[in-house]
Order: sequence, then structure tokens, then C-alpha cells
Amino acid sequence: MAILMALDPAALLRSMPGAFAQGLVWGIMALGVYITYRLLDFADLTVDGSIATGGAVAVMLIRLGINPWLALIFAFIAGMAAGFITGILHTALGIPGILASILTQISLYSINLNIMGRSNQAVSVDKYNLVVSLRYLSDSVSTKIQIFVTTILFCAVIIAVLYWYFGTEQGHAIRATGCNQQMARAQGINTNFHTVLALMLSNGLVGLSGALYAQYQGAADVNMGRGAIVIGLAAVIIGEVVFGKLCAGKHFAFAYTLLSVIAGAIIYYIVINIVLWLKLPSDDLKLFSAIVVAIFLSLPYLKTKYRGKEKQNG
Amino acid sequence: MAEMLKIDNIYKTFNRGTINEKHALNGVCLSLKEGDFVTVIGGNGAGKSTTLNAVAGVWPIDSGRIYIGGDDVSRLSEYKRARYLGRVFQDPMTGTAATMSIEENMAIAARRGESRGLSWGITKKERVSYREMLSTLDLGLEDRLSSKVGLLSGGQRQAITLLMATIMKPKLLLLDEHTAALDPKTAAKVLEISDKIIADHHLTAMMVTHNMKDAIAHGNRLIMMHEGKIILDIYGEEKKKLTVEDLLHQFEKVSGEEFASDKALLS
Repeated sequence: MAILMALDPAALLRSMPGAFAQGLVWGIMALGVYITYRLLDFADLTVDGSIATGGAVAVMLIRLGINPWLALIFAFIAGMAAGFITGILHTALGIPGILASILTQISLYSINLNIMGRSNQAVSVDKYNLVVSLRYLSDSVSTKIQIFVTTILFCAVIIAVLYWYFGTEQGHAIRATGCNQQMARAQGINTNFHTVLALMLSNGLVGLSGALYAQYQGAADVNMGRGAIVIGLAAVIIGEVVFGKLCAGKHFAFAYTLLSVIAGAIIYYIVINIVLWLKLPSDDLKLFSAIVVAIFLSLPYLKTKYRGKEKQNG
Repeated sequence: MAEMLKIDNIYKTFNRGTINEKHALNGVCLSLKEGDFVTVIGGNGAGKSTTLNAVAGVWPIDSGRIYIGGDDVSRLSEYKRARYLGRVFQDPMTGTAATMSIEENMAIAARRGESRGLSWGITKKERVSYREMLSTLDLGLEDRLSSKVGLLSGGQRQAITLLMATIMKPKLLLLDEHTAALDPKTAAKVLEISDKIIADHHLTAMMVTHNMKDAIAHGNRLIMMHEGKIILDIYGEEKKKLTVEDLLHQFEKVSGEEFASDKALLS
């Protein structure tokens, strides 16, 4: 009781804008995870490396004097290159998907160190005109508005583009490849090509998210992607569990699904902030994340199992 | 009439050099004229489905040549051969993408053999024509264009796969025991639809079946396979007069064995 009394509700409230902004930034990565995990049915662990690659590329370019917005585009391209490598390892060299992505992820650790020259590099918001920054949350009302308008617009544009893309012939081909390779090939779809394409698009978004996050926290770090895939999966699954029924069968259902992924990321960060607010040790955060993801991943399975029993009894 | 399919002395061995070595195709030769509808029968492991898979390019053949519509496709990969072929599989789950809607599945099939770019994956005009095509099936699917295919029954999925296989007129339609997984009533309905589509579009078709009655009742030609070879080839008037007893007798005479499939005898 004494512990509960010691908690300050106002502190929790103060942490919410940060959780919201972080959720939006990581939500873009989660969209990338959604593309591979749900649409392509490919457990892509490249993410842990490519998010740091995106951050490293953006930070180094900004330090060289390149416009922070332009740096995002290069981070996107760097992420796509990482996805391309995983795709080639899997399709052209026949390495199982999850292993191919682990190989890329490990090699990216060295590549990221090479890009930065050391394990982390800072970009100061005082020196550069960053797209997003943690500081904008505390500076003034106008910077506060700026960071939210920027991140929300960013997510909205990406959702719109993805909605369009997965409605095109190429997008359909990627979805068919992810759903049923045999059917896809029988319908003349080059499944290898479309697998690589989807991995590139996914990791491009992850790289972009890494670039935004590096700017947000004012530095890129070689370890910034550790466990990123878990956060991405958490966002995708929380989004599905919480909003799945609302999305189904609607007009623009796919756009709502993408939106629910971003919402899932925001919910994840709100929960994390509550955990921190409860003064649980931050060392245990990754353990906690893994448990949350494990619970949400097992829910659909347990549900069907439980329902099956009910039917048998009735 | 033009030759639509020519299979020239093809061989295929699986698991070569292992204890499971299997000579699946031992010099199969077959020539189909445009408009031929051939039914393929034979016991388990006779090479019926293997022949269809060889034509479709699921894996490379060891030797021999395959020509479709005069083009040598022997070295083309499966997805590149798709523009010549319409395919329906035994498992109703195989021919369609379960997480995509009926109209999306059809739109994917309508673009078979074309490069897939950034124009809309499905247009308003297409939707109208898909609705019409579905209504000819008489399964009530025309009002469910945006339903996920995964929600449909096996028979409905096979019927849609048939439509998809023929939406772009294929040079050759491959039906690989496409009614074997369905209940008898649904199987009869799907067979009826198959007959209608083949007749309406004047398609050249190969249909593998376990059911001798179906093999006799459908198509203008019948071939029987045994141990990776074609051992019997009957067409025209002669085929019309065939009975199941004739076939069994012929099989024993040619192969020197009893017909080894209970499924074929019981049905």
C-alpha cells in the first residue's frame, strides 16, 4: 500500500506524450514487421540489425551536413539493401528464412560499427534541425505540436502508400506468395522475386524507423535494435487482438489493419511506461516484453483450443 | 488440327542413388491435338500426377522434351510455364490463396503470364465480369466477391480454381484428381462444371482420375499408365464403347498384374 501511495499519477501522465511519440516512431518499424510476418509469412529477424543500420546511416549523414529529411531516404535505402541480402540468401541460396535473416542481422552488427566508426554516434538537436527529437516534447507548445504532427503525418502517409501498394498487381503478387506459393507459381508469379521485394520494402521501413528513432533520442547506437523484432511483433499482435474485430469486413479493412499495427505500438509503449512508473526494474524490461508477446501470441491458439473443448462438451 | 502438347520420351527418377530411388517416369510419350480431352488412369504410383507435374514444370525432368503449342518448355521454370497452363489440384486448398478475396484470386489468375506492375490489382470492369462468371457456377458465389476464399467449402474452392485456370484461355488445362477430395455430390457438380468449361472454351485438357467410370464418361481419349509408362491409349468411337470391365481386363493383359487400386474398383 505504501508503495502504491508513493506513486505519482502526474508523473505517469507526463510520460504519456513520450510513449505516444515513441509508439508512432516504432510503429513504422512494426509496419515493416507486419509485411514480413503477416503478409509474407516470413519470420524476418533482419529487423534487429536493419533498424540500427537505418539509425547509423541517418546519423552519419546528418553529421556530414546532409538534410535530416534526406537522411531518412538514405536510411530507407540502406534498410532495403539489408532486406535484399536476406532475400538473396533465402531465395537464391536456399537458406531457411529465419536463418538467412539471422545471418544478415549478425553481419549488420559489424557493418553498423563500420558505418559509425564506433559503437555510437550522437546528433545534437542544438546543432542540427532534426525531424523529430525527444527535446521537442519539453521545449515549447509549438515544438510539441510539431513532433506530433510530423510523426502522425508520417504514419498516415506510409499507411496510405502501403494501402495503395498492396492493392496493385505487384502487391497482390506479394500477398499470394505469402499465402500460397504453389498457387502463386501456378498463376505465373515469380515467388522468389516477390519474396525479395517484400523483404526489401519491409526492411526499408525498418531502416526509416531507425533513422527517426536515432534522431528522436539524439544518437544512433549499435545496440539500438536489440529485441526490436519483439517490439514489432508485440505491436502487430496487440493491434490484432485489440482491434481485429473492428477491422474485419469493413471497407478499407486493410488500412484499418495497418492503423491497428501503429496503435499496437503505441499501446505497447504506454504499457512499458506504466511498468516503469510502477518502479519495476528497467533491467527486466526485455523479459517483460517477451512475456507480453508470448501471451498475445498464444492467445489465438488457446482460444481455439478452449472453444474446441466447449463444442465437444456441448 | 494443331498439336497442342507433345511429350517426347521423358524420364524422371526421384531420390536417385538412395534406398528410396523411384523411377517415376520411364519414357513417357504423348501427343495431344487441339481440343483433345484426355483422361488419365492408373494405379497408385503409376506416374499420372508425375506426368502432369512434369508438364507444369514443378521440377526439372531428367531427359526428354516437352512442347506446348509448339514451344519447347522443357527448361522453363514453373512460374514461366504458367502462361501456357491452367491447373487444378487434388487439394482444394492448393489452387487458391485463402487469405485473399474471391475477386482478388480471380484478378491474380486473370494476369497469368503478364508482368505485374503498379497498376491496380483489380478494376471495376473486372469485378463486373467476375460476378457474371461466378453466376454461371450456380453456387451463389456472385454475391460474395469480397469474401475470403478461406471461408468457402472445398467444392466452392475447386469451382473457383477451375474458373481461375480458364479465365485466361490456357493452351492446356491440367486437372490433377481435382474431385478426389470432394464428397460424391460435390465431385459430380465440379466435374459437370469442368466439362462445361472445357466445351465452352474448346480447351485441350488432361484429367487424372482414380475413378474409372469418370475416366470413361468424360473426354474423347483415355490413357492408362503403369510403372511410369503409358500402356493403353484409346480414343474416339472405341472409347465411347468402353466399360470398366474392359479396362480392368485390358490392364491385366498389358501389365500382367491385377489392378491395384481399390478406390477405382469400388467407385
